[in-house]
Amino acid sequence: MAYDSFNKLTSTAVPLPIENIDTDQIIPARFLKATERKGFGDNLFRDWRFNQDDTPKQDFVLNNPTYSGKILIGGRNFGSGSSREHAAWAIYDYGFRCVVSSFFADIFRNNCLNIGVLPVQVSPAFLAEIFEAIENDPTTSITVDLTSQKIQLDKSGSAESFEINSYKKENMLNGYDDIDYLNNIKSEIEDFASKTPL
Amino acid sequence: MKKTLFDKVWDSHVVRKIENGPDVLFIDRHMVHEVTSPVAFLGLKNRALPVLYPARTFATADHNTPTVNQHLPVADPLSRNQLKALERNANEYGISYWGLGHQKNGIVHVVGPEYGITQPGATIVCGDSHTSTHGAFGAIAFGIGTSEVEMVLATQCIMQPKPKKMRIVINGSLKKGVTPKDVALFIISKLTTSGATGYFVEYAGEVFEQLSMEGRMTVCNLSIEMGARGGMIAPDQKTFEYIKDREFTPQGAAWDKAMAYWNTLYTDQGAAFDKEYLFEGADIDPMITFGTNPGMGISITKAIPKASEIEGAQSTYEKSLTYMGYKEGEKMEGKPIDYVFIGSCTNGRIEDFRAFASIVKGHKRAENVTAWLVPGSHKVLNAIKEEGLLEILEEAEFKLREPGCSACLAMNDDKIPAGKYAVSTSNRNFEGRQGPGARTLLASPLVAAAAAITGKITDPRTLI
Repeated sequence: MAYDSFNKLTSTAVPLPIENIDTDQIIPARFLKATERKGFGDNLFRDWRFNQDDTPKQDFVLNNPTYSGKILIGGRNFGSGSSREHAAWAIYDYGFRCVVSSFFADIFRNNCLNIGVLPVQVSPAFLAEIFEAIENDPTTSITVDLTSQKIQLDKSGSAESFEINSYKKENMLNGYDDIDYLNNIKSEIEDFASKTPL
Repeated sequence: MKKTLFDKVWDSHVVRKIENGPDVLFIDRHMVHEVTSPVAFLGLKNRALPVLYPARTFATADHNTPTVNQHLPVADPLSRNQLKALERNANEYGISYWGLGHQKNGIVHVVGPEYGITQPGATIVCGDSHTSTHGAFGAIAFGIGTSEVEMVLATQCIMQPKPKKMRIVINGSLKKGVTPKDVALFIISKLTTSGATGYFVEYAGEVFEQLSMEGRMTVCNLSIEMGARGGMIAPDQKTFEYIKDREFTPQGAAWDKAMAYWNTLYTDQGAAFDKEYLFEGADIDPMITFGTNPGMGISITKAIPKASEIEGAQSTYEKSLTYMGYKEGEKMEGKPIDYVFIGSCTNGRIEDFRAFASIVKGHKRAENVTAWLVPGSHKVLNAIKEEGLLEILEEAEFKLREPGCSACLAMNDDKIPAGKYAVSTSNRNFEGRQGPGARTLLASPLVAAAAAITGKITDPRTLI
């Protein structure tokens, strides 16, 4: 097992209703200097979360004790920009296991799937409904069920299904990663490589 | 079956197709740099796996490297450690490594093409989103995450679903003072930063045919800024002439064999795309960005759009303008600036320095402007000297720095101070991208040069 498996998650959520949240906001480049995958959560949303003197910015949602949970809800086009997997690591390391948005950037989505953070793409209308529910009640509970590919606002029962290809779904449910798969077909790859000049 | 250029290259690299899942895609060439690779190498160690084909991976150091006094030890201990880790890993696994001080060192997407690592019809990946640069040669090239870097090291494959296909055609020709960077910023301003998400783009039409290889690299480099996995241009005579006789390109009989394949790399007449855009070259002006993503660009002569005129959330737009210290409706021309940065994998090639020098020649740097001129590689640096550009730059009171990513992403010492405005030839104007609080205005080398000598945003056409 390469990472935590993901089956069903019920949690409150942290809302970030801003569009085009890029990976430089999720984790600025100056915090990418580690050579191990450790401590990236400390710098998640660093420049939105802390002043330049390292004191917390009180108006940022991660510094507001009203909001907590393992689900991060972001505005449209979440994770655009750089390929840095550190962005997904920071989200995971902070404690999130699922990111919900109405649209994800490709590389970020892939990176999440590769480390066991579930990206859930919902309709713009359902995203607005989630933001509204949390605004009205920060203790709003959300259930994300990977097996049935369904996300639900537990109180109202309002729900929507989401897409994930069956290969990645199986990986997430079991905590497998692509290297496990690729290693099992190594001879096929070697055959292919022998026919492919450098 | 009629195929697009992208189909031809992708399909010929599929090792295995998984039903309702990704393709297993064979990767011809893999480039690594110090930032996104150490955890991948650590993963190999934890799994006790070797690098399957070390000769297919190339390592260079660029993100962390200082751009002055490169002969001295790197001052920042964390940067130094990361650079050392790459050197150690490259040596341990038998990967060629062009570190700091090496004559082939430079930005990964600048040196790849320079040494012929980049070739038509190849699949190329790197843990860096601007890997799309290499698509200029008719390669499928895109950025990957660190988990995928580990996959490529261990198995020379990645697993991804085949993206959808988009074609962007621009016919006609470009007006005076309009550069490849303006073409890219124009496209992104039309499509937005998510307009090509899920797609792989082919650029076609007269404008791209007329561009030099450097210009094509600039355009393909910025494909990711509209969300595309990558962008590519069919190889032509210009492509083949560029790569011939470079260190890693095939020679002799191998060249002829490669040419036979490369000559098949074009989109068949009538092949289908999922989406197509058509623009006119003459409609493009010198561009500049005014906001905090690369889609927020306008013609340099225009005013900042009103929130009511744009798509998307008004609050996000207002947040962006507040960060920039700008108001809707203001004109961009004449706004004062503090810094100019020319360099990066987007515009750090010889042609970019030629363009910059053509404007500043005979002028002086404005007193209020700090300018950082950073070649993308030693090869570019040497060409600047050999072509006599250095004298022109020095005469105009500009200094040249040493190669690296520099102020593009503020990971090294080159950071724009908080609140300052930088006209930058790089690729991203995100909040804090060039330093905490820094305000970035993306533009071409010509616009950067005009700003550098006037101290304000200036249409370079007034100086040509």
